[in-house]
Amino acid sequence: MLDIQKIRQDFPILNEVVHGKSLVYFDNAATTQKPLPVLEALANYYGHYNANIHRGIHFLAEKATSAFEASRHKIQTFLNASRVEEIIFTYGTTDGINLVAQSYGRTFLKEGDEIIISTLEHHSNIVPWQMLCEEKGCVLRVIPINDAGELLMDEFEKMLSERTKLVSVVHVSNALGTINPVAEIIKKAHEVGAKVLIDGAQATSHIDIDVQALDCDFYVFSLHKLYGPTGMGVLYGKTDILNAMPPYRGGGEMIKEVTFEKTTYNDLPYKFEAGTPNIADVVATKMAVEYVEALGKQAIADYEHELLVYGTDALQSIEGLRIVGTAKEKVSVLSFVMEGIHPQDIGVILDQQGIAVRTGHHCTQPLMKRLGIVGTSRASFAVYNTKEEIDKLVVGLERVKKMLS
Amino acid sequence: MTINEKQDALIEDFDLFDDQLEKTQYIIDLGKKLSPIAEEYKTDDNLIKGCQSRVWLHTEMRGDRVYFEADSEPTAQISKGLVSLLIKILSGEKPEDVANADLYFIDKIGMSTIITSRRAGGLASMIVRMKDFAQKQLIA
Repeated sequence: MLDIQKIRQDFPILNEVVHGKSLVYFDNAATTQKPLPVLEALANYYGHYNANIHRGIHFLAEKATSAFEASRHKIQTFLNASRVEEIIFTYGTTDGINLVAQSYGRTFLKEGDEIIISTLEHHSNIVPWQMLCEEKGCVLRVIPINDAGELLMDEFEKMLSERTKLVSVVHVSNALGTINPVAEIIKKAHEVGAKVLIDGAQATSHIDIDVQALDCDFYVFSLHKLYGPTGMGVLYGKTDILNAMPPYRGGGEMIKEVTFEKTTYNDLPYKFEAGTPNIADVVATKMAVEYVEALGKQAIADYEHELLVYGTDALQSIEGLRIVGTAKEKVSVLSFVMEGIHPQDIGVILDQQGIAVRTGHHCTQPLMKRLGIVGTSRASFAVYNTKEEIDKLVVGLERVKKMLS
Repeated sequence: MTINEKQDALIEDFDLFDDQLEKTQYIIDLGKKLSPIAEEYKTDDNLIKGCQSRVWLHTEMRGDRVYFEADSEPTAQISKGLVSLLIKILSGEKPEDVANADLYFIDKIGMSTIITSRRAGGLASMIVRMKDFAQKQLIA
């Protein structure tokens, strides 16, 4: 059993007062707050061993390099990747998807090849593929959903053919919380020889990830949604595929030897990490992952599920409120609309009561169009949230109704 | 009343309320009193594209004054209230006064995050469009 009050003490920001009220932070799907070990790691790095990595021979450079690479090892075990060089550091999920689209996509996809995504995708997992399709003449196909926000797997299977070269789907929907059957998607896609990228941005803080068991070809996520720093992401890729891919950006660190006639490239993972990386945030990443591991992924998932069930019941008790996204398999995300009330007004009035939610289309405009709405209000829960805070949300929403009636 | 006198009077009205929620309630109530924009003015050209709520703005020069009519989609009640405040402050004024107006009331009534936020209903863009229209009259 997790001691939530003790966990809350690890997140100093939760003591903030907003508009004269104690902060209730329910925008965790946008970014989670950071625990003390992560904050301390950032200050400690800049305060004690800030140096550029890999090239220096002095003490600080050595220390920074080893902390940097320790994070790579930590991510490797976190994802259960078979080799450490399969862990590429990026600036976030979007950056990872663009890397794959630009490097793998431009090299291996050609006119008439098909890329399959889903209706649930964030714009980050739509636009890079559209750009690629425009350039290479590939065809983008989209897995439809039912009204609950679940993928229609029969339709997906019908789309698969020898033309399918890549399937890129989200593990967990940011707007609705739906957990997709990614293991099944990967297996079916592999049967027709397609490669699979999983967008894990919303998954890693809620679900145990084992890239070998999943057998995905690529897995991308951001650390800032996993209690870690912003500007830091991970691309996992299978060694043979990453080796076959050309570098995406040129510059320092990614080279073996440069002459004006020809440049040879560095090995994995450095081939994809041009320029001075985001050292401090990479270093602090280890503490974020260790923090989550110490609490236990299963314990976190169990507790968040409890919040989801409690929150679902509580919100459904509000007349005129409808929960959007009612998949059987969901993480702790509650998207909702209220009859006759604009999501923006809900967000503003909740904010004035100290409650932070996200409103709008959540960067999923095609999904909102499919659902026939302009947007939702979204409360997303993390391990430090409580049932008392959900009660405050209910009171807050009753106030919204009263003010706008 | 000048634009600034109108702003000062408005700030005084809002000072009567203790907390931000009461101020917001007042804005919502003002929005309800806003006369709706004529249907013929609800055109794509008049639509101000904000990320969250849709707002239409009609601009017109009558004599030496600029006049504005605006409306937001009916469910966006806070936007509607803010639109009504902007109309109250700027409509019927001289182009140079509108173009040069410093709209300090927005901050004073605690609405700056709503109006200036990139995603918030395009009200910042509405102000830009009102001022642009006024500016054009000066050049013309």
